[in-house]
Order: sequence, then C-alpha cells, then structure tokens
Amino acid sequence: MQENLLEIKNVTKNFGEFTALNNVSISVPKNSIFGLLGPNGAGKTTLIRIINQITMPDSGEIILDGNLLQPNDVHNIGYLPEERGLYKNMKVGEQALYLARLKGMSEAEAKKSLKFWFEKFNIGSWWNKKIQELSKGMAQKVQFIVTVIHNPKLLIFDEPFSGFDPINANIIRDEILELRDKGATIIFSTHRMESVEELCDNIALMNKSNKILEGNLIDIKRKFKTNTFEVGLLCDDKESLRNVLEDKYSIENANFKSLEDELKLNISLNENQNSSELISFLNNSASLSHFIELIPSVHDIFVETINKNN
Amino acid sequence: MDKLLLIIKREFLAKVKNKSFIIITILSPVIMVALLAFIIFIQSSSRNEFKTVSYIDSGNIFEEVFKDSEHIKYINLKELELEKAKLFTKESDYYCLVHVPDINNIEELEKKISIYAENTVGMSFLTSLESKFAKVITNKKLTKLNIDLEKIKKSDTNVNIKTIKFSGEQSSKIGGMLKMALGGGMGYLIFMFIIIYGNSVMRSVIEEKSNRIIEVIISSVKPFYLMLGKIFGNALAGLLQFAIWIVSALILISVLSSVFGVDSSIVNTTNISPDLQNKMQNSMGEVNNVIAEIWNLPLLAMLISFIFYFLGGYLVYSSIYAAIGAAVESETDTQQFMIPVMTPLIVAIYAGFSIIESPHSTISVGFSIFPLTSPIVMLMRIPFGVPTWQIILSIVLLILTFFVIVFIAAKIYRVGVLMYGKKPSYKELYKWLRL
Repeated sequence: MQENLLEIKNVTKNFGEFTALNNVSISVPKNSIFGLLGPNGAGKTTLIRIINQITMPDSGEIILDGNLLQPNDVHNIGYLPEERGLYKNMKVGEQALYLARLKGMSEAEAKKSLKFWFEKFNIGSWWNKKIQELSKGMAQKVQFIVTVIHNPKLLIFDEPFSGFDPINANIIRDEILELRDKGATIIFSTHRMESVEELCDNIALMNKSNKILEGNLIDIKRKFKTNTFEVGLLCDDKESLRNVLEDKYSIENANFKSLEDELKLNISLNENQNSSELISFLNNSASLSHFIELIPSVHDIFVETINKNN
Repeated sequence: MDKLLLIIKREFLAKVKNKSFIIITILSPVIMVALLAFIIFIQSSSRNEFKTVSYIDSGNIFEEVFKDSEHIKYINLKELELEKAKLFTKESDYYCLVHVPDINNIEELEKKISIYAENTVGMSFLTSLESKFAKVITNKKLTKLNIDLEKIKKSDTNVNIKTIKFSGEQSSKIGGMLKMALGGGMGYLIFMFIIIYGNSVMRSVIEEKSNRIIEVIISSVKPFYLMLGKIFGNALAGLLQFAIWIVSALILISVLSSVFGVDSSIVNTTNISPDLQNKMQNSMGEVNNVIAEIWNLPLLAMLISFIFYFLGGYLVYSSIYAAIGAAVESETDTQQFMIPVMTPLIVAIYAGFSIIESPHSTISVGFSIFPLTSPIVMLMRIPFGVPTWQIILSIVLLILTFFVIVFIAAKIYRVGVLMYGKKPSYKELYKWLRL
C-alpha cells in the first residue's frame, strides 16, 4: 500500500451554529496529485485552511508525514490561496524574499532559490519592479514562485490556473507535474474538471461539509462505469435492427458526429452480458462503424454524485 | 520570534520608505518654522511700521504723550482748525489725527479725546495711546489733589507670590505657566501620535486585506504576530520621526543661538545707564528663573513617563485600530467604529486642558488613572508632581488594558482578515469574539 503524506482524521469544524466540516477523513498519498473537489460552500476552503493552520479544527487530527501537525509545519507546506495577492507597493524581489523568509528560509537560501526560479521563468528583469507595474498574469507568476520557493513537501493550490492565459496555464501545469515528479505531494482544488481529468491521481469529493467520495481516479471511474457502449451501425432497415437490439439490451439514442447516416445508439449491457458478445452480435447484424466504451468523466461523476447526495 | 522581527522590519521599512512619510517628516518642521517666522514677521512689521500722526492739543496739556518715538512721528497741527486739520492729515497721507479739544475741566476732557483716520487704527497703537493719556491725566488729578507724585512712585510695588510646597519645593507663576505649557504640549503630542499612527496601522491592515495577500501571509505566520509586527513596526517609524524632529529642532536651536545669540560677556555694562543696567539685570534674573524652573521640574521622570505613556497609549489604541481595519474592507466603512475610539481621546484632550488648571482635583486624578485617557491626562499632570501610587496604579492599569485589548483585538483580527463581502455590525464582532 502506498504511504500517505497527509492524513486527515475525523476533522470537525463548527462556526457558531454552522457546521463547516462534519467528521471528515481524507488520505493524501505521497508523491501524487490529489484533487479536492466539491461545489461552492462544501467546506474545501475550511479544510485547506485547517491544513495550513490558519483555522484550528474543533476535533480530529491532522498527520503530516507520520507526525501530528506542528506549528513549524508551515515551513513544509506551500499554499496558493484562491484569494491571493501581493503588496502592490513593494518591489517584486524584496517581496519574494520577505515571503520566502516567512516560510523559514535563511536570506542566502531564499536568494539562491529565487534566482533559480526567476531564471527559470525568465523574469529576472522584474526584480526591482513594483507589483502594481506588472500585469495580472505576471503577478500570478510571482505568486506561484513564492508558493513553491521553499521547496515544501506538501503544496496546496486553490484554483491555480485562474488569471493565466492558456500558454501560461500550460507552463504552470508543467511546473506542477515537474514538482510532483521531484517528490512533492500536491493538493489541487478547482472547478475546472478537465484539469482534474488531466492532472489528478486521486480525488475526494465534498458536499455540504461531508466527504462523499474518495479514491484513486481510475478506480472511481471503474466503479462508476455503466457498461455502456456508444455504437454506430450501417444497415438498410434501421427500425427493425433497433427493435431486435431493444429486446436483448437497454438502448438509448446516441448523438455523435460521423460521416455516414448510421443508426446511433448507446447500448448498456444487462447483467451476465459482456462486451465481446455484444460485438459479435452487432457484427452479425450490421456493419459496425463506431464502437466506444463510455467512460464516465469526472464531470459526470461530480454531477451524479452530488445530485444523488442532495 | 524571528518572524516577528521580519514583520516588524518590513512594516517599519514600508512605512519609512513611503513618500508621504518622508515628506511629512521633512516638511512639517519646515512648515512649523516657516509659520512661526511668518507670524513673528507679520507682528513685528505691523508694529514697527513707521507712522506719522498729526495732533491738535489746544491746551498743550499732553506734550508728554506726543513725544516722537522710533516708529511714530508726531506733527502738531495746533494752528489749524479741526476741519482743515482733518483735510491736511488726509491729503498728507498721515496715519491719523488725534484731537484734544480745548476744555479746561480735566474730568470732562478725558471723555472728549478723539481720533480721526481713514480707516480704524491699530489696536495696539490705540491702547498704548490711551494708557499714555491716562497716565498724564491721572498725574494731573493727583497734583490737583495735592498728592506728591514722588511719594506715589516710591510706593509702587510689584508683588510676586512664591508658592512653596510643604515638602519645601518652590514654585512660581512662571513655573506654573511652564508646567502647563509642557504638560499640555506633551499630552497633545501623544494625542496626535495615537490618531496618526493608529490610522496608519488600520490602513495597513485594510491594504493587506484588499490586496488579498493576507491569506498568503497567515499561512506562514500566526495572525497575532502579523498584528503585533504591524503595531511595533509603525511605533518604531513614529519614534524615528520624533527623533528626527527633536534632533533637527536641537540643531536649529543651536544654529540660531550661535548666529543671533548674544554672548553676555561682550556687553559692556559701563556704557549703559544705571537704569537700563538695572532693567537688564531684572530680565536676566527672569530668564535665569525660567531656566531654574525648568531644572526644578522632574525632567527625568517626565522623559521616562513620556516614552512610557506614549508607547502605552499608542499600543492600546493601535490594537483597536488594527481590529477595526480587519473588520472592514475599505476605509469608508470604518466610520461607524471610529466614534467609540475617538470619544475617550477627545474627552482626554478637552478634559486635559481644563485639568492643567487644577492638576490635583478628583476629576484630574480620575482621568489620569482611567487607562483610555491616562496616557494623555497623566502626562499633563506629571510636571506638577504626581504621587507615586497614582503613577504606578495608572501604569498597571494601562498594561492590563493593553493585554485585554490586544487579546480582544487579536480575536477580531484573526476572524476579520478572512471575512469578505459584508460590512460587519457590532453584533457580528461580538460573535467573532466567541468563535
């Protein structure tokens, strides 16, 4: 079994009458990208703030790398909040140095590391500029650097791609993947499901202060798949073929783009049926032009699970 | 601890490098000096303006009054009738015409003297003329009553009551004035400092909130340290500003006194008439008195207590300001919270100015012990001598208040910095306290 870098155990947090987190437990495997998903107000930000020790939980415990979370663990965590910004009147270099030193780096270490990152992003000339002279995208790059500068074990990104154009978003995505490859563990909170699809190894889904789903993304997809296949069939008498299939399987009309005027169907297997049987049956009945297994997207899983939960 | 120092350093530098700080630090002494110089210039120039004054003194009674002086030349228009004299005065562009009608009865005469002028005449000119007339008329009356003027002169007295405390300490009227000025000045200075720097702490908190950098920072340090760092950093900037002002004031004074100052050894007393010599000795004595009075004041106690109350008052109020800054999102939203902050300060300063009249009354003692007014009021009282127990009591209360207020402010701050979107009410602030 893979070792976990972060374990959240039975964490509960109330704000007055309101319960923001209800007995939430989540395990984040080491050296992976973990997607923390959920609708607005599900409690993600509260959970992230608890991991960052900005807010204290009412009960439950947080274990980071085998030990109970300590005040000094802020040095092991890099956090890019959704509500982020920098001092407008401070010079980029001074500011990055200050924030790096607040993360426990010595001045020399911080300077060295900053030099590395500024060169990597090719922004060395910004050192003496003030943030208010930079564009939003440029400021976001600086913000990203100050998040990762101290080379933390755990990185938490809340909507990291907002404010970036597609090109810069790609640069940041590649950096995040590189950080993981170098050994960092990353918690990634976003509403952009395509990024989750692309980046996350594991996910947890939260709704109304509870965790309602957690696990490896592929395992979850496997669990959510309905053995449904999208097929295109070329034949003369669509109506009769449709009737034949309807007797044997559950079918629905499908909608996809193709070159021919085919019979387009979503065919779901009933129990005790398998896909090879379906293929040979279809091959015998008509000319098969399109056959794809429908794998549920994160988006579908999200919507389905939340709707069921509500 | 390291992080607190880092924050203090950043806050201090952010404040000190700010253009408005630099401008205010440099300009305000310059403006003060310029303003002072301007006032002195205006006063002396209007007083020293050369005037030509014409007069008609039909009975030749007031020759003494119409003696030419350095700034006033008197022209006798006795030969002319009043109307012609008026015309002449106007045409010659004289300052005014003084008319003493030809009346022998002195009691009646004193009510009939008049001045004709293009505009109203200066107040100081008028009063000095009146007193000169009064002196002549009084002497005339006394002579008429057969009273020897010389005897009157001899009986002239000038009483200066010395008040002596039971402990043997002497104080005088000059000393009292001095204490009032010093105490009032120090109290007012603290009042200004608390408002200016408290506001600056508040603005800096609001800035972090509206820049959205706050969450980045409090993921590295506890909000409490950020708040403390901000308060201390601004306090240091304030102390630096005062230090610059005091040093530049000292330099200015020493430059001024070396340029304009008169070295007493140069004055050759033999050339001066004995009367003037006497006068000079008197005024020298007065200056010496003032200097002695200054040295008689509890200077060290004043300096130490100034620094203490200065910091104590600032710390208490700036914590409140920091909490207000955390609770709101923009400076315009702070209005509703400013009234309870400003009220004790304004009460202190107004009460203070009447308190220095009677520094040991019950009200004075009360205000100087109550922690929200003590930094201002106690400082105003200290030059007059305050019993040690009262100072200790007020210091202890001030420190306790600081801890309580910082505790409350930190709670509001901690919750407030992460709250966006709505203007909180007092009820909500109370709820934050219990989170």
